Amino acid sequence: MITGTPKPIEEIIEMLEPYDNIIVAGCFGCVTVCRVGGDKEVQILSSTVRLAREAAGKKIKIKEVCLERQCDPEYVELMRPYVEDYQAVLSIACGAGIQFMAEKFSVTPLLPGINTGFLGVTERQGEWAERCQGCGDCVLHLTGGICPVTRCAKSIFHGPCGGSVHGTCEVSKNVTCGWQLIIDRLKSLDQMENYAKLKPYKGWDKSRDGGPRRIIREDMI
Amino acid sequence: MKSGSNLEKVLAAGHFAVTAECGPPRGANPNKVLEKAEHVKGNVDACNVTDNQTSVVRMSSLAGCILVKESGTEPLLQMVVRDRNRIAIQSDLLGASALGVRNLLCLSGDHQKFGDDPQAKNVFDIDSIQLIYLAKMMRDEGIFPSGDKLEGAPKFYIGCAVNPFADPYEIRVARLKLKVDAGADFVQTQCIYNMDIFKQYMEDAKKQGLHERVKILAGVTPLKSAGMAKFMNRMVAGIDIPEDVIKRIADEPKEKQAAKGIEMCIEQIQEVKEMEGIAGAHVMAIEWEEKLNEIIGGAGLLPRPAVEQ
Repeated sequence: MITGTPKPIEEIIEMLEPYDNIIVAGCFGCVTVCRVGGDKEVQILSSTVRLAREAAGKKIKIKEVCLERQCDPEYVELMRPYVEDYQAVLSIACGAGIQFMAEKFSVTPLLPGINTGFLGVTERQGEWAERCQGCGDCVLHLTGGICPVTRCAKSIFHGPCGGSVHGTCEVSKNVTCGWQLIIDRLKSLDQMENYAKLKPYKGWDKSRDGGPRRIIREDMI
Repeated sequence: MKSGSNLEKVLAAGHFAVTAECGPPRGANPNKVLEKAEHVKGNVDACNVTDNQTSVVRMSSLAGCILVKESGTEPLLQMVVRDRNRIAIQSDLLGASALGVRNLLCLSGDHQKFGDDPQAKNVFDIDSIQLIYLAKMMRDEGIFPSGDKLEGAPKFYIGCAVNPFADPYEIRVARLKLKVDAGADFVQTQCIYNMDIFKQYMEDAKKQGLHERVKILAGVTPLKSAGMAKFMNRMVAGIDIPEDVIKRIADEPKEKQAAKGIEMCIEQIQEVKEMEGIAGAHVMAIEWEEKLNEIIGGAGLLPRPAVEQ
């Protein structure tokens, strides 16, 4: 899923300074699963903002909504009938959802209520960790199912570097060495022959370096 | 000859090679490099110039190399892939070769979090092993990685670093083999203090015949004090200083610890010199270049051999 963290409330209050009639929009997609942008978070954030503005003597009216997904046009369009009745939309979806709404509603300012994080997994209640950078050219079949691009701090293809100590990365004792994980997995899969091969230069053009990416599925159009 | 560098010739002639390193200054003053280069001169076959080591910003390695070269010592260009994409790498290799730099050390580079600018964006477009075969392809095939023909191939004696003490141990020799397969001509090791592990590493490397495919230079660093030994052991990733080594220097009174460190370093060079498969020593006297003559001379490695240029 796409993960995220709430923006500090002070930053949100500052963003909302010019407005007194807004929509707070959540999303039932990834951000609901990682508990940062679902309907519950819409309610909590809206209440917090109302209280803060009341305390500051500058009341704000808030319409609370939560879309099925902010990244799909059919759901975003549901807001069209009323969006222009409000001065701004504070979205707590991921950056993709916020931008999609901004594209659709050209005269309404869209404000980010969360900082979008990464493509990750729930390791345990309340803890998420990155697993994929969406680099566009997956090699997981060669690396024991562990991604060198994401899990290695240097994204190297022939690791680990000299900074791997007792299974941890030189960057921090709290970061597991991705290449230690790869080697452990290759050993348990009896695939160490994959380690001994030289890997070609990676084509980062399939990653974000090629500019904003697009997928076109002719069979679906 | 692949590069015609002095280091390559010394090793090809079967001499026990000696290299050292100079860290460029945190500023634009060339005299800082020249002062260090004076201590190096005559004591080594080539001198590494480090590339923003530990991600602390310094004068560029290539500029340092040119200053070292002008002062009369053959330079060895260290290049990390942390700060350059493949476009910058190719361009810098062409420039370095054009300016007469003939030795190259291919490195990953410490993560930027250790340095001045932990918020910097790192590059890692290619890794250090891919840098080896990129340089080899340009040198031996006279082409860019894109396949286009070069107008004059860069000539480098291509090296890499290995750390026999990093984890996991079981792939350390396998990773050396990858570097040799990629085209490394020589290897400089991380500072060795744990001779037991290093001997095991060399035995494992020899089983695969790697010592016959690549020139291995054993890395040594003289300890200035017991405090330095303890600090390095605790704080520097991949440095392994056994307790008995620390004890040996710690047992000396403070004012005699530096002399003891030098004595231990000399002994160590003499020990690695007798090991099968070790072709030279890489003496990293960190911010202690003035002791190089004493250490290298003490190990009986002076004068350096003169090979036909």
